[in-house]
Amino acid sequence: MRQPLLVVKGLQTHFELRQWGFLRLGSVRALDGVDFTLDAGESAAVVGESGCGKSTLARTLLGIYRPTAGEAWFAGQSLARLQGRALKEYRARVGYVQQDPYGALPPFMTVRRALAEPLIIHGVRGRAERERRIAAALEEVGLGASPEVQESYPHQLSGGQQQRVVIARALLLRPRLIIADEPVSMLDASVRVEILDLLQRVQTEHGIALLYITHDLSTVRHYAQRVMVMYAGRLAEQAPVESLLARPQHPYSEALLAALVDPEAGNADQERQVPQGEPPNLLNPPAGCRFHPRCPKFMAGTCDRKEPPAFEPFSGHLAACWLRRGQ
Amino acid sequence: MTEIPLLEIKDLRLSYATERGPVWAVDGVSLELRRGEALVVLGESGCGKSSLAKTLLRILPRNARPPGGQVWLEGVNVLAFPEERFRREVRWLRMSLVMQAAMNALNPVIRVGEQVAEPLLIHRGWSKSRALKRAAEVFVEVGIAPAFLSRYPHELSGGMRQRAVLAMALIAEPDLVILDEPTSALDVLTQASIMNVLKRIKRERGTSFVLITHDVATSSELADRVALMYAGQVVEEASATTFFRQPAHPYSRLLMAAVPRLHQREKPVGIAGRPPSLLDPPPGCRFAARCPHNSPACAQDPEVIELADRHRVRCWLPVGGGVP
Repeated sequence: MRQPLLVVKGLQTHFELRQWGFLRLGSVRALDGVDFTLDAGESAAVVGESGCGKSTLARTLLGIYRPTAGEAWFAGQSLARLQGRALKEYRARVGYVQQDPYGALPPFMTVRRALAEPLIIHGVRGRAERERRIAAALEEVGLGASPEVQESYPHQLSGGQQQRVVIARALLLRPRLIIADEPVSMLDASVRVEILDLLQRVQTEHGIALLYITHDLSTVRHYAQRVMVMYAGRLAEQAPVESLLARPQHPYSEALLAALVDPEAGNADQERQVPQGEPPNLLNPPAGCRFHPRCPKFMAGTCDRKEPPAFEPFSGHLAACWLRRGQ
Repeated sequence: MTEIPLLEIKDLRLSYATERGPVWAVDGVSLELRRGEALVVLGESGCGKSSLAKTLLRILPRNARPPGGQVWLEGVNVLAFPEERFRREVRWLRMSLVMQAAMNALNPVIRVGEQVAEPLLIHRGWSKSRALKRAAEVFVEVGIAPAFLSRYPHELSGGMRQRAVLAMALIAEPDLVILDEPTSALDVLTQASIMNVLKRIKRERGTSFVLITHDVATSSELADRVALMYAGQVVEEASATTFFRQPAHPYSRLLMAAVPRLHQREKPVGIAGRPPSLLDPPPGCRFAARCPHNSPACAQDPEVIELADRHRVRCWLPVGGGVP
């Protein structure tokens, strides 16, 4: 039985561009009409290249940016109407893990202090109770709750350990959703997998939903159940991971999969198929499908005229591409 | 009679002076590269791979101490050259460099074409029109329309700027181009298309490359040979085929297992622990603390063993009768 936790409809976040503070130059359509549903306890990856709007999506959902249009509901409540106590409650229910763990931790606070902060803000009373929760969270992320760990400053920890502290902080308030924006792209290969394993473990053990935002398609197979491919502010495709890998339905997803290689002998002898050009300027995106100027399967008169809606060629597998019309 | 390698690095050592003592970023690295080959120096952050690149081109920061060892470029030890001679004869002309954030190192107030043509203007004394004409040809080779020669850096996307820097590294037709994480800051598709350019240039021009990267998948895209570094040392050096199919060093094997693969059902496995501090590295094998085959023998520095022709491993396992 599906139990939607997060429902997003037509979400848009535009940024107004002004010169000298008053001259309007237009709007950057960073996030431009995104629809999806995330179930309770489900993990979904958002994949896309830089500038595709994936971080804007994260930050809009976190309430850092105000959406220009569209709506999002969390556990049945509209995010646009959240205020005061309800907004604070929402922030406790949504954990955030960002790319740069060092930037996410105040450099002058010990681990203990950094972890106590959200508990104090959200009114967890009693020092003993707070310390018990902090110790439990540190144990859970594999750092151990020794005084040595608790008294260390961020710069004394490795990148992987810092990211574990950030995850512990996200867990403290018992979230129902964790938004992880490129959580491992600054870490080394040997550490990356451990952090992704950790996120996956806490997600399944506590039934937390995970929105895993990444540019690295190669990790999604093992760390997400569903994947959404973003291009130029919109969702090109969304599907269960295995279905997307086996039968990508959008030419952009196909291109991404074709460009991605597994390390193997003989790779150096082959050239990859790469679509021409670069993603469009979001101040003035192309009419119709945003991928059409680069698309190898471009159909003149169709793709450059109307924005394709999401077709559903297979159950639960959506693709915003005119090729999938009527399938 | 054996062929003289294009590049031969012998026992290279480099340290940085810090408040707490010297940090040995490169600690006895020996490597060789033949003409037309691409050697990938692979390693995680802090393993010394970038310091190696900087030592080769002699663009070290101030706190670096004079490097030890030798760097032979076609039979001449260029590390012994005085700086002026190195600048005049080697840098840009015989050996050039593309750095990770090179795209952000272009001068914002000078047109791209003039910057790309600079090696020809300064080192070869070409006229501006002749150098720009050549720059236009190289632009086409790396996949930028020549019209962009007269643009300023901010008018180019990140991927295009990185291509422009690559054009600059290629313009004087050096024997060797050193690429330090050339695509790490770029998107997947841009990355793939720049790797295509490198493959084509290698094939058509016969240029040799040293590619420095932390990314195992990227490394497989260009490598004829792979050298894996760990804590300032090369732990394994092999042909790409051997390295990707049958690596011998335990670290190589664990690293391969840690790489997420799109077309593989088994989950990747991380490597517990972290590399030792280079301020005071432990005696013996530097990977021992994280190694599943750790044995008393590992307390002693492992010798570099040549397992097969041009396949070298710094590990006791192949000779110690350990379990493979």
